[in-house]
Amino acid sequence: MAIGRKEVEHIATLARLSLGEEEKARLEKDLNAILGYVEKLSALDTKGVEPTSHTLEITNAFREDVLKPFEKGEKILGNAPAKRETFFQVPPIAEDVSST
Amino acid sequence: MEYEPVIGLEVHAQLNTSTKIFCSCSTEFGAPPNTHICPVCTGQPGVLPVLNKKVVEYAIKMGLATHCTIARVSRFARKNYFYPDLPKGYQISQYELPLAEHGFVEILVDGDTKRIGLTRIHMEEDAGKLVHPGSFTDTPYSLVDYNRSGVPLIEIVSEPDMRSPREAGAYLRTLRAILRYLEISDGNMEEGSFRCDANISVRPRGSEKFGTRTELKNMNSFRNVEKALEYEIERQIAVLESGETVVQETRLWDAAAGVTRTMRGKEEADDYRYFPDPDLLPLVVEESWVEDVRKSLPELPSEKRDRLVSQYGIPLYDAEVITAEKAVADYFEACVAVCDAPKQASNWVMVEVLRELKESKREITDFPVTARHLGEMILMIEKGTISGKIAKTVFAEMVATGDPPEKIVREKNLIQVTDQEAIEAVIDEVLSENPEQVDRYRGGKTKLLGFFVGQVMKKTKGKANPQMVNKILKEKLDK
Repeated sequence: MAIGRKEVEHIATLARLSLGEEEKARLEKDLNAILGYVEKLSALDTKGVEPTSHTLEITNAFREDVLKPFEKGEKILGNAPAKRETFFQVPPIAEDVSST
Repeated sequence: MEYEPVIGLEVHAQLNTSTKIFCSCSTEFGAPPNTHICPVCTGQPGVLPVLNKKVVEYAIKMGLATHCTIARVSRFARKNYFYPDLPKGYQISQYELPLAEHGFVEILVDGDTKRIGLTRIHMEEDAGKLVHPGSFTDTPYSLVDYNRSGVPLIEIVSEPDMRSPREAGAYLRTLRAILRYLEISDGNMEEGSFRCDANISVRPRGSEKFGTRTELKNMNSFRNVEKALEYEIERQIAVLESGETVVQETRLWDAAAGVTRTMRGKEEADDYRYFPDPDLLPLVVEESWVEDVRKSLPELPSEKRDRLVSQYGIPLYDAEVITAEKAVADYFEACVAVCDAPKQASNWVMVEVLRELKESKREITDFPVTARHLGEMILMIEKGTISGKIAKTVFAEMVATGDPPEKIVREKNLIQVTDQEAIEAVIDEVLSENPEQVDRYRGGKTKLLGFFVGQVMKKTKGKANPQMVNKILKEKLDK
């Protein structure tokens, strides 16, 4: 799939980036180059090859169940575009049922 | 036409670890908003989740307790969706290769045991909590609390094996009991540490093919799950009977109105674009770990129930009620150890004790009547020191004061009158005061015996031994 100017602008909106015209042109070219590279992979026959979910041959990184409170939580809240008391504020959401 | 419902349930249970699944923040419930947050659970760029080992251990426990196969290799995946309660834009869950699969639990409905299959159990993180000020549909803004974001959950998915709302209720109670026996979750539906979504369809009885299903959400008690299912079964049958077809959709239970409603806003087909989370390494659970966990499993509810039946000879139903909570079962056994009268103990625990707990909304561990005191009281009944009727008074006093039964019986002068002569004297009094009834009794109206017993009990303030009263009365009347 080729990336056009419209897609670049859409992705920029989703990523909360405001781009100049020159940047848009460059990103359009870069994104197409990246996708074109990945497309090459589909020429390979991967039948019977286990999908790689991780590049390192290691497993099991655990932590123990030990409490280490983060001290600067209010700074995270401070970075929010909108807050109210100690809540993050977001646009109205009419349905209170998440998918979890 | 006769229809049959087909029900499958998805349960989310919060694990009661100290810290979240991928960071070291506290999981404490009810803390001020956004006081248990960090860069990981608020999805800051560049952070790395690290798996809490205890979460895996707890999930293995549940898997083993429900006869699942524990996967040697399992994997975490990203479930992508946009919602403000999910700061990263994805939930870390498991998709392909869940930790546990192919299990079952046994439920007891109307004395019959039925096996309900478990498709899978997997680990995932909880999302944050949304708060809507003002009215629900007309809120000016929404607020987010991320304290719950990253709290560990296990999702337990059943096979579509249930055929009635009651079976669904029994299944949920069974799962909850297992979680609580394992001490890995509070299983509190009202507080949200145990949540249930239901998949339900109906089909003509005898048909092999499943009907179109709907998914029900927003049920916050076992009773509400059953009610929502009952409603939805009727609704789907009515749709089919009118010649229309059931629409596959998610519906919300409105407990106040007692109906399910189409859920707006999320009608587009779910495409979560699952893919393996590159931030997390594959999870390998060696057989030795599984065996260690297996050795640590406590006696589970169904095992305890069956043991109570065989060890004490109490009915299966009694044992099922008593073992729903481990603490209640422990109380029962401690009580029997004192009084050695299992059936009497199970009656008192099932009826009086559970009723008192329910009315006072107390846990048995906070109950003023200790198992020892109840056992001593039952022993007094068994020995004839007090009557069963007086015992109710003694029990109420024990609940109110926490005093031992001997003290109450002594101070309130409640000891049963078993003195033959004393009882005879009262009976003679009653007979001479009621010559008319005596004549009618002797004339064949033997039902009047109850009247005489009542009069004797009244005069002795319930303290006369009922068996003796009956026996002496009969002797005197039938003379």
